[in-house]
Amino acid sequence: MPMNKVTRRKALKIGAAAAALPLVHIRTAGAAGQVSIALWDHWVGQGNDVMKKQIAAFAEKNKVEVKADLIPSASGQILMVENAEAQAKAGHDIYALSVWEVHNHVDDLEPVDDVVGRLIAKYGKTNDAVEYLCKVKGHWLAVPSSSGTQTKGPEGRISILRDAAGLDVVKMFPGSGTTCPGLDAWTWDAHLKAAEACAKVGKNFGIGLGTTSDSVDFAGSLFAAYGAELVNAKGDITVKSDAMREVLEYAQRLVKVLPKDAVSYDDASNNRALISGQSALIFNPPSPWAVALKDAPAVAADTWHFPAPAGPKGRFLPYLPYMWGIWKFAKNKTAAKELLEYLMQRENVEARENATIGFDIPPFVSMLDFKVWETAEPPKGTLWNYPNHPWHKQVAHIAAMPAPPEIAVQIYNQGTMPTMFAKLLSGQSINDVLGWAENELESFKRA
Amino acid sequence: MADKSAVAVSLPPHRMVRRSFMRRLLERRSTVALLMCSPLFLLIAGLVVYPAFYALYLAMLNRRMTQFVGLDNFAFLLKRDTFRLVIFQSCLFAVSSVVLKSFLGFVLAHLMSNIPSGRQRIWRGLLLVPWVIPLALSTLGWWWLFDPSYSAFNYLLNALGIASVPWLGVAWPARLCMITVNVWFGTSFFMIMYLAALKSVPEQLYEAAAIDGAGTFQKMFYVTVPMIRNVISVTVLYSLIVTFANFDIVRILTNGGPESKTHVFATYAFQVGIQSGDIPLGASVSLFMFPLLAVFAYFVLRNVTRRGREMTV
Repeated sequence: MPMNKVTRRKALKIGAAAAALPLVHIRTAGAAGQVSIALWDHWVGQGNDVMKKQIAAFAEKNKVEVKADLIPSASGQILMVENAEAQAKAGHDIYALSVWEVHNHVDDLEPVDDVVGRLIAKYGKTNDAVEYLCKVKGHWLAVPSSSGTQTKGPEGRISILRDAAGLDVVKMFPGSGTTCPGLDAWTWDAHLKAAEACAKVGKNFGIGLGTTSDSVDFAGSLFAAYGAELVNAKGDITVKSDAMREVLEYAQRLVKVLPKDAVSYDDASNNRALISGQSALIFNPPSPWAVALKDAPAVAADTWHFPAPAGPKGRFLPYLPYMWGIWKFAKNKTAAKELLEYLMQRENVEARENATIGFDIPPFVSMLDFKVWETAEPPKGTLWNYPNHPWHKQVAHIAAMPAPPEIAVQIYNQGTMPTMFAKLLSGQSINDVLGWAENELESFKRA
Repeated sequence: MADKSAVAVSLPPHRMVRRSFMRRLLERRSTVALLMCSPLFLLIAGLVVYPAFYALYLAMLNRRMTQFVGLDNFAFLLKRDTFRLVIFQSCLFAVSSVVLKSFLGFVLAHLMSNIPSGRQRIWRGLLLVPWVIPLALSTLGWWWLFDPSYSAFNYLLNALGIASVPWLGVAWPARLCMITVNVWFGTSFFMIMYLAALKSVPEQLYEAAAIDGAGTFQKMFYVTVPMIRNVISVTVLYSLIVTFANFDIVRILTNGGPESKTHVFATYAFQVGIQSGDIPLGASVSLFMFPLLAVFAYFVLRNVTRRGREMTV
C-alpha cells in the first residue's frame, strides 16, 4: 500500500495548509481578529469623536477588535512614535503619516494598490500632490486620508482688505456658486500691493519666515507660481535660474512689509496675528477662524477664505496631506485594509467633515461638494473657497515639489525656502542667498 | 558537618569538586553583591549600553540604512556650513552657560552660607524653584516673555519709550536669550552643590588662615577653592554634558531659527534625523561631541580621583 503511505513531504504540505487556514479565514468579511490604528489627534476634538464612533461601527460589523490611539502632532510626537515603530518593527498595524513620511519609510510600508484602486474607481482621481507623496515606483504605499489634510490658502479680514487695499474679497470670491469674478485679478503682484497697503495702516500680512510648515508652505506656493525650482524632478540643482531671481526680487519687496518678527514666526504666530486683529491676511487652514468664533467673534465674522494668488506659471495652493500607511510588520493587514477602505467611504468622510467644521480636505475631487463649506458661518460662505474647487484653477502643491522626495523632504523640513527670504530680509544680496542655497542643496543630495 | 561530609563521600569525585566550587563561589560576598546588582546591570545594559552602541551603529549607515559607511557621515557633516554653525552655537551655548552658572552658583552659595540656618532653608527652597519646575514648562513661560508679537519685556520697554527688541528674531539676541534661560534654570543646581561642599570645609582652616592674616579673597582662593575643587570639577563636567545635550530650550524658544543660527546638536539632530528622515545623519549629529566629552570627562575624573587620594593620605 505504498500509495496510502504518509510521507514526510506530504505531512509538511498538510501542516502548511493547516497553518494557512487562519490567514484565509481573516480574509473573509466578518473575520475575528485584532487591528490597531494610530490616528492623528485632531485639533477639532469632535472629529476624534466621530472617528471613534465610525471605528466602533466597523469593529462591530466585522467582528474585529480595533485598538485606536490618538497621537498628537505637537512637538513632533507623532513623528517620534512613528520612527520608533519603524525601527522596532513593532507597534500599530496602521499609522497616520504626514506629508513626507511615506517616502521616509518606503521599505517599511505595505503596498495598498488594491484599496486605493477601488477608492479611485469609486470616487475618481486624487490630486497630483497626493500621488507624488503616496506613490512610489508606481505603487500606492499609503491610503490618502481626509483626517488632518488641509490647504493653506489666504484667510483675510474682509473689512481691512476692502478699506486699506481696495480688495472686496467677498465679491471677488463669492461664498457659493462656481465662479470667482476676482480670480484673474488676484495675482502675486496684487498680493504685494495689498500687503504694502495694509502695512501702511499697521495691519501687516501675517506671513512667517521661520522654518515651520506654514512659512514653508507659503514660500513653496510663491516659488511654484514663478516656476522657480530649487531642485528639478531629475534631482539637478536648478537654483541659479532666471525664475529664481525673479521670485527673490519679488520677495525683496514683500519681506519689507511683513511683521518685524516674521523670522521668528512659528505655526501659531500667524494664527494669533489674525485672531488678535493685528493682521489683515494669513495663509492657513480655517483653524484661526474656528478659534475666533469663540474668542474673537467679531474677527471671525469678518474673515474670508479664498484661493492663492497666481504668478507667471500659475496658481499653486499650499497643500498638506495626511495618509494612512500599513506597516509591513502589521499583524492583520487584511483587516487593516478593510478598515481604511471603510473610513474613506464618502458618507464617513462627510460625517467627519461636518464634525470638524470643514477643516479636513478629502483627497478625492469628487468629495469637494460637501455642504459644510457652503453653510459654515459667520459670515455665511466663508469656507466655500477653502477647498480646491476646479473653478479656482489652482494646483494643489507641496513645497519643494517636483524635486525627488528624498531631497524635497530636506528642503521642506529644513525650511530652505523661507530661510532664503529671511536672508534677504537681513540684507543679504540675491547672489549671496543663491550661493547659500546651492551649498545647502548639494548637501541634501546625500545618498 | 557530619551530614555534609557524608553527602560528599557518596558523590563521585568530579561532582564533589563542582559542588564545593559553587558553594564557595556563592559564599563569597563579592558574588552575592554581583548577583544583587545584576538587575541594575541588566537595566544599564538595556537602557544605556545597548542604545549607545545602537546609536553608534546607526551613525555609520547610509541614509537608507542599507550600507555601512564608516565615518563618512561625520566627514560629510564637517563639510556643511550649517553644521559648522551648529558646532559653534552648541559650544557657545554650553560653555558660556556653564561658566555663568558656575560663577553665579558660587556667589549664591557663599551668600547663602552666610545666612543663619533657619532662614537659609527658606531661601534655599526658593532658589531651587527654577530647577524643580519642568524645563519645557518654564521655557514656555520665558517664551511668552520673549514672544515675537506680545513680548512682556517689549511691553515694559515700550512703556519706557524704548523701541521693541526682536528677542528671538535676530541671531545674537536669540542666542543670549537661550543662554539666559539655561543659566536661570541651572544656577540652582550649582548653588546647592557648592553649598553642600562649603559646609564640609573645616572651620579651623579659615581660622588658621585668618591668624596668618589672610583676607576674604585670599581665604576664598587659598582655602575654599582648593577644598571644594573636586565638587566644582564634577559639577561642571556633569552640567557641561547635560547642557551640550539640551533640547527643550532651543526647540521651544527658536526652533533653531533665525536662519539656523541658534541650532544646537540636539535640535539639529532632531531636524535632520526625525523630521527629514535621515536617522543615520541625525545619530551622527547627536554623537558628534561624544569623543571630546569622553576625553574631557576622563581627565576631569582622573584629576578628581587623584586629588581624592591625596586628601586621604
